[in-house]
Amino acid sequence: MNNIEIVSIIAAAFSVGMGAIGPALAEGRAVAAAMDAIARQPEAAGTLSRTLFVGLAMIETTAIYSLVIALLVLFANPFVK
Amino acid sequence: MIRSPLMLEPLFHVGTVPVTAPVLVASAIVLSLGAGARLASRRFALRPSRLQATIELFVAAVDEQIKGVMQADPAPYRALIGTIFLFVLAANWTSLIPGVDPPTARLETDAALAFIVVCATIGLGVRARGLRGYLATFAEPSWAMIPLNVVEQITRAFSLVIRLFGNVMSGVFVVGIVLSLAGLLVPIPLMALDLLTGAVQAYIFAVLATVFIGAAVGEGGGQRASTPNGDGNEQH
Repeated sequence: MNNIEIVSIIAAAFSVGMGAIGPALAEGRAVAAAMDAIARQPEAAGTLSRTLFVGLAMIETTAIYSLVIALLVLFANPFVK
Repeated sequence: MIRSPLMLEPLFHVGTVPVTAPVLVASAIVLSLGAGARLASRRFALRPSRLQATIELFVAAVDEQIKGVMQADPAPYRALIGTIFLFVLAANWTSLIPGVDPPTARLETDAALAFIVVCATIGLGVRARGLRGYLATFAEPSWAMIPLNVVEQITRAFSLVIRLFGNVMSGVFVVGIVLSLAGLLVPIPLMALDLLTGAVQAYIFAVLATVFIGAAVGEGGGQRASTPNGDGNEQH
């Protein structure tokens, strides 16, 4: 196993780990804000949860991006071979 | 070594055209959904049967979602959005069948779906505003925003692909890894989580398609369309 492969594996793990921190904090804040809003105004729960789902999908995309980067580094690395 | 989720080997060739497993599964889903819809809609009556009531409930739910997002008559968009939702849901849930990988866990299927959404966005936008009117939306706050708006069109289509691919593929991947580590029956809770993720992702794909089309068409879709604008441009 050469140096590039070792660095690739470390980079993949690092990318997923670091990339999960931001979205996790952001999703927590978004859900907390939505809970707060639903508690204040229960009749708007339908609109709020739809917007919440779309927003969560947006936030989650950043984590998915880092997962895809990790997969690219592991399986489609241009510097290996 | 676990197989790469980005590569595909063809199953067999028809003439010179290679046919892969996702294409086969997706075609089977399209055929069965089409045939099922045809059979179910054959005997519609004024007094609905149980099946007809279920279908009407689904169509009413789709209508309500489209109306909620676009604030417009849902009739022109019902077929497209409903079909996208049903197809993605069926494709995500094919992971329940042993030996079948969901076709949405491959980049190609998701790219095809997003391509349909982009084409529908442009086509419906041009139909609603005219060619000049649609092109004018790219210079909406001011002419300086034109490059950013063009980039946004590309990145949000790309993120639509990556989102669906990443979510479904990671579910399949995790189940495979747990199965190879722990063995039979252990990944069942994860597969149940996959069902939930699949349903949520199908819903999100359909809602995002509605939001994009609503933003292109205008008529009250405008202010809600500010939700996906940050997507793709603000990556940390």
